Amino acid sequence: MTDAPMATAEAARHALHTMWSIRRFEEAVDDLFARGLMHGTMHLSIGQEASATGVCMALRPDDAITSTHRGHGHCIGKGADLTRMMAELLAKETGYCRGRGGSMHIADVATGNLGANGIVAGGIPIATGAALAYRMRGEDRVVACFFGDGATNEGAFHEAVNLAAIWKLPVVFVCENNKYGMSFSTEKSMAVENIADRAAAYGIPGVTVDGNDVSAVYEATRTAVDRARAGEGPTLVENLTYRWKGHSKSDKNLYRTKEEISEWRALDPILRFEHDLKESGLLSEEDIQGIRTQAMEEMRDAVRTANSAPDADPSDLLDAVFAPV
Amino acid sequence: MTSTQTTSAPTDTGREITYSEAIREAIGQAMEADERVFMLGEDIGIYGGAFGVSGDLYHRFGAERIRDTPISELGIVGAAVGAALAGMRPIVEIQFSDFTNQAMDQIVNQAAKIHFMLGGAATVPMVLRAPLGSGTGAAAQHSQSLEAWFAHVPGLKVVMPSSAADAKGLLLSAIDDPNPVIVLEHKLLYRTSGPVPEEAVRVPLGKTNVVRRGSDLTIVATGVMVSRSLEAAGILADEGVDVSVIDPRTLSPLDDAPILEDVGRTGRVLLVQEAPGHGGFTAEIAARITESPTIYRLLAPVKRLSGLNAPIPYAPQLETASVPQVADIVDQALTIMKES
Ligand SMILES: Cc1ncc(C[n+]2csc(CCOP(=O)(O)OP(=O)(O)O)c2C)c(N)n1
Repeated sequence: MTDAPMATAEAARHALHTMWSIRRFEEAVDDLFARGLMHGTMHLSIGQEASATGVCMALRPDDAITSTHRGHGHCIGKGADLTRMMAELLAKETGYCRGRGGSMHIADVATGNLGANGIVAGGIPIATGAALAYRMRGEDRVVACFFGDGATNEGAFHEAVNLAAIWKLPVVFVCENNKYGMSFSTEKSMAVENIADRAAAYGIPGVTVDGNDVSAVYEATRTAVDRARAGEGPTLVENLTYRWKGHSKSDKNLYRTKEEISEWRALDPILRFEHDLKESGLLSEEDIQGIRTQAMEEMRDAVRTANSAPDADPSDLLDAVFAPV
Repeated sequence: MTSTQTTSAPTDTGREITYSEAIREAIGQAMEADERVFMLGEDIGIYGGAFGVSGDLYHRFGAERIRDTPISELGIVGAAVGAALAGMRPIVEIQFSDFTNQAMDQIVNQAAKIHFMLGGAATVPMVLRAPLGSGTGAAAQHSQSLEAWFAHVPGLKVVMPSSAADAKGLLLSAIDDPNPVIVLEHKLLYRTSGPVPEEAVRVPLGKTNVVRRGSDLTIVATGVMVSRSLEAAGILADEGVDVSVIDPRTLSPLDDAPILEDVGRTGRVLLVQEAPGHGGFTAEIAARITESPTIYRLLAPVKRLSGLNAPIPYAPQLETASVPQVADIVDQALTIMKES
């Protein structure tokens, strides 16, 4: 799917369905966790759905992504199966990582997701390397590399972007700027105003986008993808967005105000897209309701099917430590 | 500059606080006593630390001394090395010890080497605190036990407190120490409590702790494996097996004498660690035993019980199966008893 979200009814349907799937998946996870039915920790991207969706729609199925600790949306955006994702989080043998990875390491390599990452900025050099591989083999594939604003303060970001820039690699660096790296705001963590400003240091274009507008995200990513595919090198795309929930399950939200959170909740990217669709007449109220219901039912099925799958089995724990020779 | 310089054994006032409160108390007392002491790390300010360890210190000491940083581990540790060289006493908090990887150059090539390379002309009195270990479902990149890496590097002191009192006492000694000290705290211990003296009582670095003395078998354990070994010791006592539990507390420099002495007495030893066995720290203890005359006292081969040689998995049932549990310690101990 490479059409713009507002180009055709089909594209619009896909975009809205993807956003609702991400929202419903994470709400289900939040609920299972709260009821003690899910283990570990969770980083939810509720409020950021337009970024994952818009970026992934600008990619070809054979293009790749690298993802982050907040990666459910990226995984769904790239086309992963909800049941296998849920099975992973429920510690099942049928999960994408056979219960070994969990939320923070969720990936579906078959749809081009080269991996979520528990290490902030850990995926950025990997994206550069994957792009290098495509270039060396003469393939015209592109890598979209997701990371947060906080990740841009790590050395890995600077080293990887510089490499991609000097080698003109086909990467789109996608910063999901949700204003906070855990509790530390971008105002405090950087002396420049925008993440996109940092692109200048590497001689590549940097653009700041309304990250709650799925069409704007798509357009900016599409331009960057075309540039990358044409051999002109990387772009830094900064999607301004917001995470509604705490950083993870241990967050008391002391570093931001209730007002700030409710202001951003009012900018819900999904409701906004629905509004735009109705305005443009691309989808009717009925179509939209249909998509909502479909996403909800699919999610219920996913939880049910995942729940009834066999648990991951400790007896073969050493299986995947080394790949068979 | 420090006020209370007591090094006596902790006075047991009966007051119990958690491991994480004990660490916070140590930092607070050290900061009150010495203006050179300050803390830097991610989310240690208003957030109170990823594991809540810094808590209210930010409100007590302010943003200058409880210094929130961007996500930049190499920069943070490097800044601490520089500040220490220039006469301060920085305490770095790294959110998960796994992320010391980002800062490895500053820890291994800089902090650990400077005093030596400069022929003793400068010191790097910094403390790096970081939680290690599994048991929280945080999976492979947030659950490692990397103590053997650090213990392998000359110039670093490495401590692993296994109780609230040790957490406080060892940290205070680490802050006093003119060398870089890595303090590896276990995540599962943060909420456990124990008696901790209110005064700033030091637990000296490089002093092994004989936690329990028995006659049949010596268990040497670190971190969360100490409490698991103590629990196993209780079960073994019911089976008629009387075990010692020994906690080195400081892995580098290692005080091996109490271990050799105890193993010489019991003739049997089980070395327990959460980290994978291959290249692990218990291999060092095993080697010390076999390199010493204690080897002639052994009634059974030296046994190690370690985590699997695998990354830590996410699923709870897999995670539990990856590292030694109380039942595994009991089983191993009984096997050693049977085979000797
Ligand atoms: C190297 C490293 N340092 C610290 C952490 C702990 N941590 C996990 S996510 C996070 C915040 C990341 O912020 P950002 O990159 O802006 O992404 P966001 O969480 O906002 O999506 C931190 C500090 C980590 N996982 N890895």
